[in-house]
Amino acid sequence: MTSPTSTTVTGAPGADGHAADTPRAVAGRGAPGHTGSRASRVLGILALGSIALLVLYGLVWSPADAEMADSVRLMYIHVPAASFMYAGCFITTIASAMWLRRRTPGWDALAGASAEVALVFTAITLGTGSLWGRPTWGTYWTWDARLTSTALLATLLVGYLALRRLDVDPTARSTRAAVLGLLLVPNVIIVNRSVEWWRSLHQRSTLVKLDPTIEGQMLVALMVGFLAVGLVFTWLLVHRFRVAWLEYQSERLDLDLALAERRAEAGHHTDVEAPA
Amino acid sequence: MEPVVHLRAAVALLGRFPALAGFDLDVARGEIVLLRGPNGAGKTTVLRACAGLVPVVRGEAVVLGHDLRLDPRPVRRHVGLLGHATGLFDDLTVADNVRFWGRACRADPGDIAAALALVGLDGRLRDVVVGRLSAGQRRRTSLACLLARRPALWLLDEPHAGLDHDTRDQLDALIGRAVRQGATVLLASHELDRAESLAHRVVELAGGTTAPARSAAPSDGSAPQAPPRRAPAAPSPEVSHVA
Amino acid sequence: MWRDAALVAGRDLRVELRSRVTTNQVAPFSLLVLVLFAFALDPDRQLLERLASGLYWTAVLFAALLAISRSAAIDETDGVRDALRLSGLDPAGVFVGKAAAVAVVLLALELLLGVGVVVLYGVELAGAGLVVVAGLAATVAVAATGTLYGALVSGLRVRETLLPLLLLPVLAPVLIGATRAFEAALAGVPADGWPWCGLLAGLAVLYAVAGALAYGTLLEGS
Repeated sequence: MTSPTSTTVTGAPGADGHAADTPRAVAGRGAPGHTGSRASRVLGILALGSIALLVLYGLVWSPADAEMADSVRLMYIHVPAASFMYAGCFITTIASAMWLRRRTPGWDALAGASAEVALVFTAITLGTGSLWGRPTWGTYWTWDARLTSTALLATLLVGYLALRRLDVDPTARSTRAAVLGLLLVPNVIIVNRSVEWWRSLHQRSTLVKLDPTIEGQMLVALMVGFLAVGLVFTWLLVHRFRVAWLEYQSERLDLDLALAERRAEAGHHTDVEAPA
Repeated sequence: MEPVVHLRAAVALLGRFPALAGFDLDVARGEIVLLRGPNGAGKTTVLRACAGLVPVVRGEAVVLGHDLRLDPRPVRRHVGLLGHATGLFDDLTVADNVRFWGRACRADPGDIAAALALVGLDGRLRDVVVGRLSAGQRRRTSLACLLARRPALWLLDEPHAGLDHDTRDQLDALIGRAVRQGATVLLASHELDRAESLAHRVVELAGGTTAPARSAAPSDGSAPQAPPRRAPAAPSPEVSHVA
Repeated sequence: MWRDAALVAGRDLRVELRSRVTTNQVAPFSLLVLVLFAFALDPDRQLLERLASGLYWTAVLFAALLAISRSAAIDETDGVRDALRLSGLDPAGVFVGKAAAVAVVLLALELLLGVGVVVLYGVELAGAGLVVVAGLAATVAVAATGTLYGALVSGLRVRETLLPLLLLPVLAPVLIGATRAFEAALAGVPADGWPWCGLLAGLAVLYAVAGALAYGTLLEGS
């Protein structure tokens, strides 16, 4: 994954001056010119391959569970999706912290991209969880600890993304988003702990017992699930980050150009009659 | 002697827009300098940059001995900014407002009381809620907040706008008084007659940079000429209710 | 810092007292919420009494949204943010002062709502110690969190809609903890409630510290 190039804009001395705004030139400074690249294509192929493998293992080669029958197959997606959902939140929080330390726009782009991908995986987690719930408990929704806290996590992410869409000065937006992003993981942890504690008073945690005795083909299927979901997550994250990075680059302040235009106002005005 | 304000090729950004695109300014202690220029030229930004509110990203910027490029915060305590916005709480009285802002910057209680007296708001208007004052009275309240700080550098953004004759005289007198006590004043104004007679020097601003000086620069660099109408009149007695 | 906090808290409370919006609008609104619950849940008093803790804290949260919004609005007034930055007030002190003012307002509202719940829902008070401590801890937690999030959305046109969206999920644990603590107290089993009190206190400390640290960044960067 291409790491963010350090480029400063506002508030720091010596802002990078010389622009050429074509994607080639942008790529020349270490950033991608378009969101595909050899590395990400290889990644994409691997992801597709592992999805195929997962389908095979999940649907065909692994046996049905004794208790849960075929619905256990949803777990091969559900559990990894949940893990990567949390991973996405961690990335957002860490990227927010790094932005506050370094103020380079790549971290801001990463924080936003990661939150979006995490939200997608939250939806997948909730969806597969619900589908699993139907045959198991007879309903699509139950106030199980994991489902409930995942739903709350979804609202946290939606709120964060809403804050990112604000129509304000970019530095202000990034600052606010970074503070909120920094609070994301603590909020997730607190919410998870509280909800689990609360629900454990009334209900055993039934959603997934990551059964230590899970073995054989089912274990393999789960591992393949982790691999496939992980590759898809990474691929999505890379591309979403690159899109964000390109958006940033296209808005990027070419300071010298802007200065020249601004001074031209002065040149223009001195030819005009005195203002009132 | 070191200048109070020293800007050299200063570039200041508002978001992505270079409000100042390489501006030079030197202001010596005790000077009154007028910034003049068309709307959008960057006058307000110069004042806010000197206050340490807008970051300067290129060039040199030293105010009252503090380098604004390193850290804009230490200079804030020593400047007083009177901007377009009042910075007042509409639900609190004049006295409450001045006392709050005075105490916030650790001003002497004596200075706070004196500030109210200087702007003529220590009488009946003291305990009137700011939301019910006229624009001129609010401006005087903001001025009192500034006076209580006893700043070494006054930054005034169109201070005469919206004030009546008497209040403008009052303001000019207060500016003169501050300068005699060692303060420095930088003001931006469209009130050319009054401001030019007040100022030692005029600096033209356009497109975020220094523009060539126009004609009609009035003063010869010595003490400020007294404005034609001398004695500040008593503050206007009516309290207008804001619609 | 404490001096600045006291100054800002005094200012915020004075504004609230003078403008009387809290007494004239927020307090009646929160009582109205209690009444609405009765409409929604059928004045079969058994139900209301059983659910009283939860309904109480939900009403408190709604009132808190208004109180926090008002607190944030004080510093959004034209030019106040600049003046705050120029004043040399310690941002952490400003945060603590504002949160303290919100906490005081919330406590007053909670007392009022408490009376409302006792009268309207027929609740019998018990376990006063736990109720008081849990109430205080929850109030501080809500005030600290709310002031921080209020600063996050301060000055935005969409503040009114964004604040609930951001704040309520974060306050869900407070709602859970406070309700459980109150239920335990009212049921006469305070031993069950004290651990929840611990959670509330932990949240209060966490957000007080987080807010104090982050307020300066938000004040400058926005």
